[in-house]
Amino acid sequence: MADLSLKGVEKAYGTLKILHGVDLEIKSGEFIVFVGPSGCGKSTLLRSIAGLEEITGGTLSIAGEVVNDVPPSKRGIAMVFQSYALYPHMTVYDNMAFGMKIAKEPKAEIDRRVKNAAEILQLTKYLDRLPKAMSGGQRQRVAIGRAIVRNPKVFLFDEPLSNLDAALRVATRIEIAKLKESMPNATMIYVTHDQVEAMTLADRIVVLKEGRIEQVGSPMELYKHPGNLFVAQFIGSPAMNILPATIEQPGASTVITHLGGRKATLPIATEPGTKGQAISFGVRPEDLTVATGDDYLFEGPIDYIEQLGEVQLVYLDIGRADAPLTAKLPGNAPIKRGQVLKLAADPGDLHIFDASGRSFARPKMAAAA
Amino acid sequence: MAQASGTAAGKSFFGRFGVHIAVLFFVTLWTIPTLGILVTSLRDKDQIIASGWWSAFFSSSQTENARLPAPNTAVSKDGRFVLEGNLFAEPGEKRITAFGTRAVAPTEYEAGAVADLGDGETLQINEDGSFVAGYPEAQTSERGRRVYFAATVPPRFTTENYQTVLFSEGIGRSFLNSLTVTIPATVIPIMIAAFAAYALAWMRFPGRAILIATVIGLLVVPLQMTLIPLLELYNGVGNLFGVPSKTYLGIWLAHTGFGLPFAIYLLRSYMAGLPRELMESARIDGASDFEIFIKIVLPLSFPVLASFAIFQFLWVWNDLLVAMVFLGSGSDQLVLTGKLNALLGSRGGDWEILTTSAFITIIVPLIVFFSLQRYFVRGLLAGSVKGG
Repeated sequence: MADLSLKGVEKAYGTLKILHGVDLEIKSGEFIVFVGPSGCGKSTLLRSIAGLEEITGGTLSIAGEVVNDVPPSKRGIAMVFQSYALYPHMTVYDNMAFGMKIAKEPKAEIDRRVKNAAEILQLTKYLDRLPKAMSGGQRQRVAIGRAIVRNPKVFLFDEPLSNLDAALRVATRIEIAKLKESMPNATMIYVTHDQVEAMTLADRIVVLKEGRIEQVGSPMELYKHPGNLFVAQFIGSPAMNILPATIEQPGASTVITHLGGRKATLPIATEPGTKGQAISFGVRPEDLTVATGDDYLFEGPIDYIEQLGEVQLVYLDIGRADAPLTAKLPGNAPIKRGQVLKLAADPGDLHIFDASGRSFARPKMAAAA
Repeated sequence: MAQASGTAAGKSFFGRFGVHIAVLFFVTLWTIPTLGILVTSLRDKDQIIASGWWSAFFSSSQTENARLPAPNTAVSKDGRFVLEGNLFAEPGEKRITAFGTRAVAPTEYEAGAVADLGDGETLQINEDGSFVAGYPEAQTSERGRRVYFAATVPPRFTTENYQTVLFSEGIGRSFLNSLTVTIPATVIPIMIAAFAAYALAWMRFPGRAILIATVIGLLVVPLQMTLIPLLELYNGVGNLFGVPSKTYLGIWLAHTGFGLPFAIYLLRSYMAGLPRELMESARIDGASDFEIFIKIVLPLSFPVLASFAIFQFLWVWNDLLVAMVFLGSGSDQLVLTGKLNALLGSRGGDWEILTTSAFITIIVPLIVFFSLQRYFVRGLLAGSVKGG
């Protein structure tokens, strides 16, 4: 329904800068997820879009209209809070109808929209209840219903699942995904620190760190082609293994030397002048497989095994005492602690990053984005 | 008490037992005087003098006296002159255990015994009060003999005392005066403080911190220090409008002023503890500050409003000083505390009047406290315990 455009958005509390010029274009109907570690400014960014925080620089426009100084209620947004923020003294019905009652909409219209939202969220039989008589998941549905009733251009979700227990979180996550499907025109912006939520829900993920956007892209882009070390380690669990390495042979495909002098060839182009440069070499635990022949990347005794059933996390001692190599192997792989294991990976799944942490695969990334 | 049982929850049986014993002890200690006043106020005034209130539920023995009819009305019977009758208007209303004819020995003879009073004169007084006095010859004296007797009186409870104090001692009028002072003096500060507290808790404006600091500072200003300046100010303004110096309006304003700092402080800290997301959510829903206050903050602040109402009500109801300064001492303005004080002087020995008046004075605070006490505890904990 509405494009959202952020140009150089800044937010500072006195001298403390939280957002350092955020540029982002969000298309109508997109599901955007902001992720990042605690304190990265993702909630502040969301609250700035909502109008709960005034931005101190840049412009913010919704549907082509600059809304820097427009109060929250006039921006055409609805927000779902982590703590639900339901009005405890009002019934579910009144909670959902509150905004429309304030706007003095006709009673019949209020009734129609509340009933409709309740229908979508299967809350119809709870309309007369008070929030305290409902479970966490139901409360969060009421909060979402309150947003739907407002019929906003943009839905804002501020860590809506953080207060739910694990099972309910999965169920509600799926409900939100279905809700988005049923409202293809609604633009949704969702803040979370949970990368599973980000991966499963997002059309595009915005990774934030210290008030700056690190990378924007679809979940698989971010996973397959992380633009820098931070994104590489933030997306994916367990985190990507990062090892020091040097470029042996730059060119259309690059040969590198990493720990223990072993070489690897990657189908990533590097500049001729980069020969001998110290770089970071990354490989995801789940991309590693047990090798039998001589064609392997790593070799070392197994330091520890975490058996998770379907998979086991294997910590390989490859000579770096403080940082063992993590590998995710099938749960039934016949391995024992102390056994010396050889691991290999498909060259296409290897990542290299320059000294400043940026991916050498960047040009390809830029084309994809 | 809530806290006591809370800390005891993790302790051993004996720990809990000790706490319960202690609670019981203090509850008893606090309740007994009130009970005493209540019981005394319901007793007959003669019984109050004869025995303590704790014996009110049992028969009490008291020594009384009565005068027999004039001896010259004795009638001739079996060669003697005899007087017969009953000491009581209603035979048997008290049970006589012993009697006598001299003040120094009021219980010389057992009830029913025939006492020989010398010169052939006899007297017999029975348990139910009937008596037979016998004389050997006709008497000329017109003065009846005084007799003393010990009587057991069954407990007697009466509401006479209440009728007396309410309608003839002026307590009823003072009760109404006290209500006239207290109700507006409770409602007005709550209304003002609620608005102020919301603004100080949730609205951003320059000077807010200083304003809060000032309110906190006003909490510690001694009331006595402000009485004279306030009265001067009030009289000055009153003269301007031709209002007399001692009016109900004056005392309402005075109590409002004295109550406001605490009210604002208490309400503000409670409102500031409400979740911020609620206000933000309402703001996104399009509510103005006034609507947020009326529709969300006010209903959610009911416990603390009730708690402050109790504080203010009790304080104003029990106040004597402010009432003496800002109200006159005529019957149309004298409040209960003032009236009690006056009664202590004029009816100092009349326990039935004093206890009854006292009980009428405390009954309203008791009702207020017990009907709102759960908010009282909650309000005291406001801000200190989340979700209290």
